[in-house]
Amino acid sequence: MTKKGITPLAFDEMMNADNSPRQPYSTYNDWYAAQDKARLIAKSREAENIFRKTGITFAVYGHADSSEKLIPFDLIPRIISGREWRKLAQGIEQRVIALNAFLDDIYHKQEIIKAGRVPRELIERNVAFLPQMIGFRPPGGVYTHIVGTDIVRTGEDQFYVLEDNARTPSGVSYMLENRETMMQMFPELFHQNRVRPVENYPYLLRHSLASLAPPGCEGKPRVAVLTPGIYNSAYYEHAFLADMMGVELVEGSDLRVIDGKVKMRTTRGYEAIDVLYRRVDDDYLDPLTFKPESALGIPGIMDVYRAGNITIANAPGTGICDDKAIYSYMPEIVEFYTGRKALLENVPTWRCSEADSLKYVLENLADLVVKEVHGSGGYGMLVGPTASKKERTLFAEKLKARPANYIAQPTLSLSTVPILVNKGIAPRHVDLRPYVLVSDKVQIIPGGLTRVALKAGSLVVNSSQGGGTKDTWVLED
Amino acid sequence: MLGRTANGLYWMFRYIERAENSARLIDAGLRMSLTRSEATEDDWDGVLQSSGVRDIYDDLYPALTSADAIDFLLRDKSNPSSVMSCIDSGRNNARMVRTALTRETWEATNECWLDLKATLSRRVKPADLPEVIDGIKRKTGLIRGAFHGTMLRNEIFNFSRIGTFIERADNTARILDVKYYVLLPAVSQVGSSIDNVQWESILRSVSAHRSYGWVYEAEYKPSNIADFLILNGRMPRSLAYCYDKIVSNLGYLAREYGEAHAAHATAEETLSSLRNHSIKDVMDQGLHEYIENFISHNNRLGEEISNGYRFN
Repeated sequence: MTKKGITPLAFDEMMNADNSPRQPYSTYNDWYAAQDKARLIAKSREAENIFRKTGITFAVYGHADSSEKLIPFDLIPRIISGREWRKLAQGIEQRVIALNAFLDDIYHKQEIIKAGRVPRELIERNVAFLPQMIGFRPPGGVYTHIVGTDIVRTGEDQFYVLEDNARTPSGVSYMLENRETMMQMFPELFHQNRVRPVENYPYLLRHSLASLAPPGCEGKPRVAVLTPGIYNSAYYEHAFLADMMGVELVEGSDLRVIDGKVKMRTTRGYEAIDVLYRRVDDDYLDPLTFKPESALGIPGIMDVYRAGNITIANAPGTGICDDKAIYSYMPEIVEFYTGRKALLENVPTWRCSEADSLKYVLENLADLVVKEVHGSGGYGMLVGPTASKKERTLFAEKLKARPANYIAQPTLSLSTVPILVNKGIAPRHVDLRPYVLVSDKVQIIPGGLTRVALKAGSLVVNSSQGGGTKDTWVLED
Repeated sequence: MLGRTANGLYWMFRYIERAENSARLIDAGLRMSLTRSEATEDDWDGVLQSSGVRDIYDDLYPALTSADAIDFLLRDKSNPSSVMSCIDSGRNNARMVRTALTRETWEATNECWLDLKATLSRRVKPADLPEVIDGIKRKTGLIRGAFHGTMLRNEIFNFSRIGTFIERADNTARILDVKYYVLLPAVSQVGSSIDNVQWESILRSVSAHRSYGWVYEAEYKPSNIADFLILNGRMPRSLAYCYDKIVSNLGYLAREYGEAHAAHATAEETLSSLRNHSIKDVMDQGLHEYIENFISHNNRLGEEISNGYRFN
C-alpha cells in the first residue's frame, strides 16, 4: 500500500511509516491484501444502494434540488485498539461528569463563577444560558442524557477533544447502520476480529431514558422521541431511533398539556408521556416560554417540566456546553469539578474577545482555524491554510467587527485512515464522535461515528460539507 | 397509536391507490385512442373528468391534446392526482409513519418513488408509454405485496386498508359517474361498435375487461357492466367489495378499542344498501343519482373516520 497524497506530517492510523500495518490493523490488513479490488469497488456501490433504498438520508439546507442526500460510506473500517479506547473512555467519562456538574452549578450556586474560574458574563450573557432553568434540578440531576464528544487524533498517543455536543448530538443512526452494513457485506471480518458491539445502543438509550422518569410518573415510564418532522435534516435518525427503541415518534402537533401532564393524541384519546427525547431545539420547545411563533413545540411543557411531571432529554439550557468560548475553559471546568487534571486535552484555543489573542489571530490567520462560538456543522468557519487571500481578508473584517463571536485554533494535522478509491486506497483525515449515555451511570458506546474528509488533504469532515463516514471498531484486547 | 400516524397510514394508502388508478385511467385512454379511427381528444376529456381534474387542466393548458393530457395525468406536480404527485404524497406520508411500517413495505414505497422520480423527470415519449404505465402498476403492486406479506394484522393494517378502499370506491364511482350515459338503457340499444369500445374502456379503467368475461356472457351488456362494478362482491374494485373490506376493517378496530363511532354505522348502512339492491333497482333510481349519492356518503365516511380516530 502506498501513502500517496498524504500530508507528510499526518499520522496514519492504519500504516506505519515503513508501510507495515499498525497493530490494531494487522488482521484487517491481511484480509485486505487478499481481496479482489474490483469486488471491493462493487461492494462499495452495493453499500450505497442499500443506503439509498433504505432512505438513510439527511437534508442539506439551502440546496435547491437536494432535499435528501446520502452520506457517503467508506467501507474501510477505522480501528481502535482496546488499550487506546480505555484511555479515551476514561477521559470522556471524566469530561461528561464535569459537564453535568458544571450545568448544575451554573443553574444553582454558580461556585465556578464565584471562584473566578469562568467569567460571569460568558455564562449569563450567553444566548444558550436559560434563566428559566435557574434553581431547577432535572430528574436524577442529569442534564445531558446523551453526549457526543468530538475527538481528533494527531499522533500515536495524542488525542484532543475538538468540541462537546451536549445539546442534541446527531449521527448515531449512521454508527448503527454502518455496522449493520459492514456485517452484512463482510461477515468474515467479524469472525477474524473481535469487534466490540454497538448495536445495543437503542436498548441502552431506552433504559437510560426510562431510568430518569420524573417524580410524577405513574407506572412504567412512557418514552417518546420528539421530531420537528419529515423535513428536518435528521428526520431519518429520529424515526430510526424511535423505531429501534419501540417508542412513539411524536411531533409538537401531537402533544398537548392536559391536567398538568404532557399527553399525546392517540386513536383512543390522550395518553401521558413521561420522558421526551426531544430533537427540537430549546428555542422551539415551548412557545409560551421561548419563541412564541414556534409551531414545533408544546405550549406549557416547561411548566410541566418544572412541576416534575416530565423528563426532557437533554435538559433545556445544556447547549451552553457546546459554546466554543465555554469550550476554551474546559480544562479549568474539568479540574474544578473533578479535582483532577483533565485526562483528555483541549485543542489550544484563542478567545478573540481578548485583545492580545485577537491581535495574534489576525496576524496569523493563514495558519489558524477560526470558528463562530455558537456555530456548528462546519458552517461559518475559516480554515486559514486552505482559504484564499480574499476569503481571509473578508473574514478578518467579520472578526474585527464582532471579536467575541469567534475563537481560533491551530490547524491540527488530523490523523488519517485510508479510504477506498478507484486506484486502491488513499489516506484521508478523520475525526471521531463517540456517544455517551448518562443516567445514574455513564455509559460510553465502544466506537462511535468516524467522519472522514473525502477530498485529499481536506480537514473538513462535516457531512454538510462533503464528508463521509466509516464503521468504527473498538477491538476486544 | 398516534392519531397522526393513523392519518398518515390512511393517506399513504389512499395516494398509492390513486397513483395506480391514474395509471389505469391513462392506459384505458390510450387504448381507446388506438381503437378509434377519428380524432380522440374528446376521449381524454372523459379521463380528466374521471380523475376529477378537468378544471385544473383548463387553467394550465390552452387546448385539450392527448400529449398534454397524458403528461398532465402522469407527471404534472400542479395536478394533485397525477401519478407523480400521488407517489410523492404517498411516500411523504410513508416517511412520516415509517416507524409503523415494516422495512419491506417502506423500501418498496421508497424504491417506487426513486424509480418513478427518475422515469418521470421528463416527458415520456409516446413509444415508451406502455412500458412506463406498466412499470407504475408493477411498482405499486410491489408495495401492496410487501405490505400484505409482512405487516402485522393490527390497527396499522386496518387504517391502511380503510384508506385503500375508501380511495378505490371513490375512483370506481367516479369512472362510472363520468361514463354513466354510456350505460343508459336508451343509448345501449344502439349496440354499435363505438359503444363496445366505450364499454371496454370502462372495464379497462378498473382492470376488469378480462374478468368480466369470466363472470358474465362475453357480450358487453350495460346492466352487467354496472352490476359488475357496483354490486358484484367478488370483483375487487367494485363498490360492494370495497365496502365489505371497509366494514370488516372498521369492525376489527371497534373490537380492539371496545368502541364504535359514527363511521361504523355509516359504513354498515352503505354496505347493506349495496347488498340488498339489484342492478335494476339502481338503474330505476337513476345511475347518476345513485353514484352521486354514493360519492357524497363515501366522503362523509372519510370525515367520520378522521374524527372518530382523532386524525387531526
